[in-house]
Amino acid sequence: MTTIDKTADVPAPRSGGNYSGHLLEVKDLHVEFHTRDGVVKAVNGVNYSVDAGETLAVLGESGSGKSVTAQAIMGILDMPPGKIPQGEIVFRGQDMLKQSNEERRKMRGSKIAMIFQDALSSLNPVLSVGYQLGEMFRVHQGMSRKDAKARSIELMDRVKIPAAKERVSDYPHQFSGGMRQRIMIAMALALEPDLIIADEPTTALDVTVQAQVMDLLAELQREYNMGLILITHDLGVVADVADKIAVMYAGRIVETAPVHELYKRPAHPYTRGLLDSIPRLDQKGQELYAIKGLPPNLLKAPSGCAFNPRCPKAQDICRTEVPPLVPVTERDGAELAGRGSACHFWKETIHG
Amino acid sequence: MPDLTKTPAVDEPEVVLAEAQAGGKVLDGGEANGARSLWSDAWRDLRRRPLFIISSALILVVLLMAAFPGLFTSADPASGDLTKHFLGEPKLAHFFQEDWFGYDRQGRSIYARTVFGVRNSVMVGVGVTLLVTLFGGLVGMLAGYFGGFWDSLLSRITDVFFGIPFLLGAMVVLNAFTNRNVWVITGALAFLGWTQIARVMRGAVITTKHADYVMAAKALGAGTKRILFRHVLPNAVAPVIVVATIALGTYIVAESTLSYLGLGFGDDAISWGADISDATNDIRNNPHTLIFPAGMLSLTVLAFIMLGDAVREALDPKLR
Amino acid sequence: MGRYVARRLLQMIPVFIGTTLLIFLMVNALPGDPVKALWGDKPPDPAQVAQIKHDRGLDLPLWEQYLHYMKGLFQGDFGKTIAGNRPILDEITQAFPVSMRLAAMAWTFELVVGITLGVIAGIRRGRIIDTTVTMFTLLVISIPIFVFGRGLQLVFGNELGWVKPTVQDSENLEQLILPALVLGLVGLAYVARLTRTSIKENRSADYIRTAVAKGLPRRRIVSRHLLRNSLIPVVTYLGTDIGALMGGAVITEGIFNVTGVGNLLFQGIARREGAVIVGVVTVLVLVYLLASLLVDLLYAVLDPRIRYA
Repeated sequence: MTTIDKTADVPAPRSGGNYSGHLLEVKDLHVEFHTRDGVVKAVNGVNYSVDAGETLAVLGESGSGKSVTAQAIMGILDMPPGKIPQGEIVFRGQDMLKQSNEERRKMRGSKIAMIFQDALSSLNPVLSVGYQLGEMFRVHQGMSRKDAKARSIELMDRVKIPAAKERVSDYPHQFSGGMRQRIMIAMALALEPDLIIADEPTTALDVTVQAQVMDLLAELQREYNMGLILITHDLGVVADVADKIAVMYAGRIVETAPVHELYKRPAHPYTRGLLDSIPRLDQKGQELYAIKGLPPNLLKAPSGCAFNPRCPKAQDICRTEVPPLVPVTERDGAELAGRGSACHFWKETIHG
Repeated sequence: MPDLTKTPAVDEPEVVLAEAQAGGKVLDGGEANGARSLWSDAWRDLRRRPLFIISSALILVVLLMAAFPGLFTSADPASGDLTKHFLGEPKLAHFFQEDWFGYDRQGRSIYARTVFGVRNSVMVGVGVTLLVTLFGGLVGMLAGYFGGFWDSLLSRITDVFFGIPFLLGAMVVLNAFTNRNVWVITGALAFLGWTQIARVMRGAVITTKHADYVMAAKALGAGTKRILFRHVLPNAVAPVIVVATIALGTYIVAESTLSYLGLGFGDDAISWGADISDATNDIRNNPHTLIFPAGMLSLTVLAFIMLGDAVREALDPKLR
Repeated sequence: MGRYVARRLLQMIPVFIGTTLLIFLMVNALPGDPVKALWGDKPPDPAQVAQIKHDRGLDLPLWEQYLHYMKGLFQGDFGKTIAGNRPILDEITQAFPVSMRLAAMAWTFELVVGITLGVIAGIRRGRIIDTTVTMFTLLVISIPIFVFGRGLQLVFGNELGWVKPTVQDSENLEQLILPALVLGLVGLAYVARLTRTSIKENRSADYIRTAVAKGLPRRRIVSRHLLRNSLIPVVTYLGTDIGALMGGAVITEGIFNVTGVGNLLFQGIARREGAVIVGVVTVLVLVYLLASLLVDLLYAVLDPRIRYA
């Protein structure tokens, strides 16, 4: 797992705060779940970083470890059965894994906030949205009930919920899906955190609403100059809002790249497979490409590259050796900023 | 009601992972080794639970004792030797012998009475459970599945029976009989006990009825009978089994309580309930006359409740 | 809301009639003759038996007797006892306050101790305290209540002398503590089990994860987010248990010599005083029906997703 994270050298597109390093840096993170059936290695040495105002998209199928990584950053993993045997999560220069529970709790919501996929189940059904929003101010800032309610209304206005004042006492089930996700966003934004992690924020929404919610999130991120980690399996969402992408497979990052480069020239067969499986208008009538097989069983991951059973380019070496994440260069050796691939045959993939 | 009807999705490792986080149980992700059903999954889980193993072993012993009491003792539980009640103290080292648990005030072997008393308690427990599961299950299923008028009618009838306190109703019924044997007591308890199962079954069937796979079966043109017995029932039956197992234990307790009130088995029958209630009059001087039958009764009841709990936890992924 | 209550009250009528009819039939259709029982072991005089039966309307067909009884009931007439010829209403109004006090205390035990134990066990699942609470509840359920009653009476009443072994004055709440504890013990165990299961299930809910991600302190997560959602099934049990505690006190009242409803019922059954049993059960059914209406209304307060139109 000697991974070289080239994205670390990319200067932040928008400078943020007075802290010189990365806003958040995940270093060689491992997460495993100890279950009766054995140890599930959900995350196996992930490295990535986000700067203020930057959007990192983490792409991957279900079970790739993208959500588990995010939960480890948030500190909301259930431990046990979860365990972090190795790695660092450095936020503003401090390793959060070394902090006390109480220190981490105070950072949750105020410095780092999270938006979940299914707003209906993620909001408490028996408390009004105003109460749930106001809780942020009351707990973290000791605000009075009345002031917190006023701030909640402001927040709901901020995320463009119509008639916020009248609806502040309504309950989650009384809102539409899109409005509920706006409330989740408002809750995450309440204390203007430095970093927001959005775990599939639009997956549960209607296509027409998806774009609105994504636009809102991007707009607010710009305004507050926050770092954003966008976890998704939807390549379409990524293209519009992300600055850089990390593609995950079976608990590892298999490719990193600035967003448009990835689309133009993928350097990993898995990324290529993902891109090829997007339906395209100019290929109407042809059979849609699909990556063969199923994601690996994390209880007994395949030896070598975890993708080898499904990879069209797999050779013998792929079944025995785990490919490290190496910098990707041009044919002539010129460095490609922020690019990396964990494939023995990345050269053939990007240039071939 | 916990959603026991949902079969864990085998092709969604993210779901699996979420479950792993929730309670430490993981399915074979995307491995193509066939979909695991709710039941086989629960069985795998159960076999490893100490609670399940202990309670099943206990229940087996109890059932064996009920069927062949002669295997456990050669002493006669009914014959009393009044000279023996003076030396009634238990001899704890005399395993499986007549005086192991000592003698009661009539000089009868408490061990033999405890062994022979199993049968009546177990027969009442099992009998009532079978009756209420069959009848209550049927009523609940019809009410839940057909809904509308039938639901209203059957639910109101259930309410009517539910309105009469269980023990009180049994007392009224049993008071009318002078020859209270197993069948009479079983009937009296079942007469008022079926409502609990009916309510659980109705709820489970309603939940299952709206499940996607039942909708799919309907869309594919399956008939009412097929849907009911092939799709709805197997999936709705889980909570009923859990409730019935636990209830079995409480029926055994109910029988002993009725005996205490003088409304249980007649004097000539050997029953834990009657022995325990006799013993409570004399706890201070002869506590051993109470401890052994009461201990056996509690152990038996405990075994059934623990079994029910273990099955419930195995069937409900949220509880694992 | 008002319309919902009205509709529910209307729905109660058939259940009320059904239950009273059922208990009426159970009491009267089963063998055993209360009038002949007046003579005890001596042979009854047929003429006198017929006379008493005629006076009481006991020679009429059952359905007519029932109608007659219900008609009286609506005018507040519960009939008279066969032995002693006392108004049953008097006996009921004498016994109910006693049982109500006892039941209220037992119910408070169930509520406070049961929920507390359940919550502690639920949030500390798998720890020693969880195992201890679980074993305690299992033991309570598996040991017949009269064993507990006699045992506790012996230990605290006779041996230690902390409380009076039997209740001499049913208005003295101190004397009612031990009987109330015994009466509420089984319910307490069920409440603890229900709460524990419910808490365990809700602990892994998405909205709890959100609450953690919001950086709320653990205490607040439990008290504001977890507890309220988990208590919904517990409320149902507690609500319907009020009636059961009043009618189910036969054993406890017998052991501690409390002259409440349980005692009245036991006497009624032993003497085959059908009218007493039916009268008491009628009141109990009313209590039960009103309690379940209250539970449903409380549901709407606890869970805003439920709306009654």
